[in-house]
Amino acid sequence: MGVLGRAPAKSLAAKMEALGGPIAFDWLRQPEIGAIMVQGRAGGTGAAFNMGEMTVTRCALRLTGETASVGHGYVQGRDARHAELAALVDALLQTDRQAEVMDAVIQPLKAEEAARRLAARRKAGATKVDFFTMVRAEG
Amino acid sequence: MYVATKGGEAAIENSHALIAEERRGDPAVPELEAAQIREQLGGAVDRVMTEGSLYDPDLAALAIKQAQGDLVEAIFLLRAFRTTLPRFGASAPIDTGAMTIRRRISAAFKDLPGGQVLGPTYDYTHRLLDFTLAARGETPPVAPEEDATDAAMPRVADILGHEGLIEPETPPPGPEQPYDLTREPMQFPAGRDQRLQNLFRGDEGFLLALGYSTQRGYGRNHPFAGEIRMGTVQVEFTPEELGFPIALGEIEVTECQMVNQFKGAKGIAPQFTRGYGLAFGQAERKTMGMALVDRALRADELAEDRLHPPQDEEFVLSHSDNVEASGFVSHLKLPHYVDFQSELVMLRGMRASAEAMQKEAAE
Repeated sequence: MGVLGRAPAKSLAAKMEALGGPIAFDWLRQPEIGAIMVQGRAGGTGAAFNMGEMTVTRCALRLTGETASVGHGYVQGRDARHAELAALVDALLQTDRQAEVMDAVIQPLKAEEAARRLAARRKAGATKVDFFTMVRAEG
Repeated sequence: MYVATKGGEAAIENSHALIAEERRGDPAVPELEAAQIREQLGGAVDRVMTEGSLYDPDLAALAIKQAQGDLVEAIFLLRAFRTTLPRFGASAPIDTGAMTIRRRISAAFKDLPGGQVLGPTYDYTHRLLDFTLAARGETPPVAPEEDATDAAMPRVADILGHEGLIEPETPPPGPEQPYDLTREPMQFPAGRDQRLQNLFRGDEGFLLALGYSTQRGYGRNHPFAGEIRMGTVQVEFTPEELGFPIALGEIEVTECQMVNQFKGAKGIAPQFTRGYGLAFGQAERKTMGMALVDRALRADELAEDRLHPPQDEEFVLSHSDNVEASGFVSHLKLPHYVDFQSELVMLRGMRASAEAMQKEAAE
């Protein structure tokens, strides 16, 4: 579920096109925008403290049809459609379409995220300092 | 004391129209989109998110546009919006040790595992105006890519910790319920959790100035920038209805670990002590100021004399918030007509009696 929340909404929507036509569902909880308080730790490892909040959108739905599985969507930001898509994928993962959804949506999103991080680390890597040791001449 | 007054509705409406017109500026110049602010004015966006206490780059960009770039006003707007959001809960504390690093430097250790990574910084620029930026349509150079930095880098403080040379930072046992200033009023003496939340939201200029004053001798604590790191961390949250954690978000943060001299005290061996700074986005100056002030505020705990403003938590914590500060200073603009009228009457009375006494003395 995490990768669904972290992925850009557009990217998630594009991957879901592979799953074909509209998927029928009923809302259990309409998308709701709220916040979670993000915590840190003093010194990085010490006692917890509150930093500030972060916007989050959540929703819950049930697929209509034979496997009436329930899906939850929790995504970063305020995009209701993003939360809806995340909940749909979550629900589909609990049906016999699991393998298909993993291949079409989850794995590609994970790969994109890994590529994004690697690109950032490679750009940072180009700014890594190489120190030259200055050797004083003998004598 | 100020009083409620009536009247001026039309003037206020027209003032709103005037500010909207001025915000738009010359219609011949294309209008700024919030997305442009988000992408191209990252420094402002990050400051508004940190001091506005809400991580949402789109909303921060909108606030900056609405406030015409007045960041304290934008912070106020974001704080006000924040109060309208239902709270779903709290995240697990972020793990900055697992950060995907974009910048990481240490002024204490040259050869640290993972290396010194400059990342995007203005530190080595010449601070000369770049007129090519004034010309439109410039395509920026593509940043080169080389071997990736390590996926996670050890913190400098953890390296020093292995030798016992630096005070350890460990969480208290049991479940934690850190102080929440958005729910509870300020109280003194304040715990470090309350202080750090206050400093996180605190005004960058105020913390920078106070931090600077500690360097100049007002609460001197011999700091080294042990480590500054900037990059992305995951935010983990456990929804009640699910009962398991989801890493539902990724945020950019800057962390500063100041390492400070400490000559020891009763029962504590001489060791390095620590000050901590943390902020949303890229906010190096803010986190350095915050870390200096955090360390200064630990005076009591480390048996140091509290002699200067940065060591006085009532002074620091009560004045660090720019929304509160600007509110109280701005309230001077509210009608104080009755107050002022009574002062006038009193002043006239005093002058009249003084004159009368002078006259008497002369006669």
